[in-house]
Amino acid sequence: MTVLGKGAAGTGKWVDDRLGSSNFIRRSLNKVFPDHWSFMLGEIALYSFIILLLTGTYLTLFFDASMHEVVYNGSYIPLKGVTMSQAYASTLNISFDVRGGLLMRQIHHWAALLFLASITVHLMRVFFTGAFRKPRELNWVIGTLLLITGILEGFAGYSLPDDLLSGTGLRIAASITESIPVIGTWASILLFGGEFPGTSIVGRLYAIHILLIPGLILALITFHLMMIWYQKHTDFPGPRRTEHNVVGSRMYPVYAAKAGGFFFLVFAVLALLGGLAQINPIWLYGPYDPSQVSAGSQPDWYMGFLDGSTRLMPNWEIHAFSHTIPINVILPTVVLPGILFNLLGAWPWIEARLTKDHDYHNLLDRPRDKPRRTAIGAMGISFYVMLLIAGGNDIIASIFSISVQTITHTLRVAIFVVPPLVYWATKRFCLGLQRADDELVHHGIESGTIRRLPSGEFVEETVGLPVPYQITLTGVEPSERPALHAGEPPEGPGYGDKQVVEVHGNGGPVVHEVRRPRGFFRDKTISRKEPLRPEATMPPLEGTGKPRAK
Amino acid sequence: MDSAPSRMQRLSGPTVIVLALAVIGMLYTAFGAPAGHAKDDPTTEQSMAVKAGRELYLQGCSTCHGLGLQGGAGGPSLIGVGESSVIFQVESGRMPLKAGTVEAPRKKAKYTTAEIDQLAAFVGAHGGGPKLPPGKLNDGNLQQGGELFRTNCASCHNFAGAGGALSYGQYAPPLTEASARVIMGAMQSGPENMPRFSDNQLTPDEKKAVVRYVQFITKAPQPGGAALGRFGPVPEGLVMWLVGITALVGVTLWIGARA
Repeated sequence: MTVLGKGAAGTGKWVDDRLGSSNFIRRSLNKVFPDHWSFMLGEIALYSFIILLLTGTYLTLFFDASMHEVVYNGSYIPLKGVTMSQAYASTLNISFDVRGGLLMRQIHHWAALLFLASITVHLMRVFFTGAFRKPRELNWVIGTLLLITGILEGFAGYSLPDDLLSGTGLRIAASITESIPVIGTWASILLFGGEFPGTSIVGRLYAIHILLIPGLILALITFHLMMIWYQKHTDFPGPRRTEHNVVGSRMYPVYAAKAGGFFFLVFAVLALLGGLAQINPIWLYGPYDPSQVSAGSQPDWYMGFLDGSTRLMPNWEIHAFSHTIPINVILPTVVLPGILFNLLGAWPWIEARLTKDHDYHNLLDRPRDKPRRTAIGAMGISFYVMLLIAGGNDIIASIFSISVQTITHTLRVAIFVVPPLVYWATKRFCLGLQRADDELVHHGIESGTIRRLPSGEFVEETVGLPVPYQITLTGVEPSERPALHAGEPPEGPGYGDKQVVEVHGNGGPVVHEVRRPRGFFRDKTISRKEPLRPEATMPPLEGTGKPRAK
Repeated sequence: MDSAPSRMQRLSGPTVIVLALAVIGMLYTAFGAPAGHAKDDPTTEQSMAVKAGRELYLQGCSTCHGLGLQGGAGGPSLIGVGESSVIFQVESGRMPLKAGTVEAPRKKAKYTTAEIDQLAAFVGAHGGGPKLPPGKLNDGNLQQGGELFRTNCASCHNFAGAGGALSYGQYAPPLTEASARVIMGAMQSGPENMPRFSDNQLTPDEKKAVVRYVQFITKAPQPGGAALGRFGPVPEGLVMWLVGITALVGVTLWIGARA
């Protein structure tokens, strides 16, 4: 053993004697994680959060969160001599006079957009694969809270530079607060320290933006990851994968290397965006002045759906008992997100109630195998995307030379019509995909060989799908697939009105034959039956899943 | 009847006004009236421009605006619209009008600058109206121009002069291609939905400051990389989804494939 090795071993022993941590570290390094590209989407959020912390720390060194008025005297000539808040002046300094300041600001802003975009993509993955089911409901709730805190954090950051755009955003935030009945006016005065805009909001938001919410997000991320660690990661069905194991690679060295590399790739994309694409050129917006507003004043994308809902909302107000209840503001900006986020957070329980499925699930669903859940998800996405489009209606009108009113009136109808259509189309799409899978499992792959039967009928010979692929599609070993029952409709599964389902009992899977239920989430067409036609008249393939070239 | 004015008193007010007007009129004729306009002298530069402008007008504009600028079914009267209006409309290519649009769109100008000036002189000779201020049009104060632009212009033309939508298909056009003359002409004449900024609202020097600021934000290179259209956060969000997230999902597919 070298001197260095001895030294390391000695230090390790010293630590272990006191903390007894070697077991924990060994177990952790050996922990196995499953491998699938979609399991890395949440990592993007984690890495962009780390980049946000790093760039954000740099920005705090130079940002001055004061609304004290100063006369700008920096290097951006068009604003020289203009009176502005200290916050805006220091943001200008970061952009023009601090070395690397503009790059850091732009990376920070792009990373914020990426943080929420990757959370959204990760949320869609978890939703469509059913990863939120028992026992992971709590982690789903934590994820929802991370989404909400992320949005609030982003909005607080957007409001800090005190430029014309951020001030316009705050004006709207103040109006939304004021729209809440009874407490609205009080809440707004409490938040802004008096009448809007006041002189304290930037300082308050700064404390919220760099201390309160980041701390909250960090704590939530820690819980999020601890629960993944403790509950273990879910996996798609496949060979040797069961509800009771995890098949994959070890944390160290495989995932340590992959995750490390991935972090730098995320950083690379953000650095490229920060260096090449201008984001929020605050110097062009000018200092905030309540008497000014710019065309094209929008929030960042993650708040865009609320801007859109407000733009779609008819101008309804109730005047009663000498009070005004602004339905036109409170419904799209307070009630709607309240409903949406509550539905989102409660989804695991809603679904469990509808499906009456209260089992443990460590294996994921393929989205096509749960057509109704997938259709509901797609419906939700279409609803959200239409709100986003509505939020940018003036930009779309500008670029495509159409009337703002046309867009708004079309979307007012579409927001109610399109989601049901998307639901229907997605469900049909999933069922179609299931039947294609069914074809593969039961009939095999088309070999291209046409054979003429003695009766004169032409049939195409099929090659049996390699076993690993069969398991991926059906979720069970071929030997565990239940036998074909007498009296079953002779043609491919999914066409008759009977279905074979499996229920996991103590002694392994038990096969039940049930009538195809009409209830929620239960129209899975694939059944695990033996092939109906003779398989494999050609020699078996070497696990490629493709017919061999002649 | 104590308070009733006498006949003499009642008549004295109008008499004074009439007399004063007569005196002012005589003084103006004697000293104030511009020579070129008073006498129709074909040798002066101004009236030569008017004459050339008349030819251009009769050929290109009179079909809609009428032989005597009185307007008609096709177009409004041009009496008193002023030179600035002609310069804005013709130099930005909006006139001659392309039929069938909600707003006159910017096109390539049909006339040279010299011809536009002649047209403007002709229209200006009929009823006066605003004309471009003398001197360089963009030598105003940049900082003042910025403040005035954000207060008066950005709400429709956007913070960076990228333009914006108005109601029912109308729009505030982008200012990126507008020349100093066109910007000045627009402010002075207030075309279509745009308000007219008289010299009492924005002095000529203030207008020059606005012109300078518009040219700065639309023409000067800005730090930070690709402008993304300067439409604010909407294109930024689009870039995040189409470039950022798309690239990184591609990266996950790549890493995922290297099991």
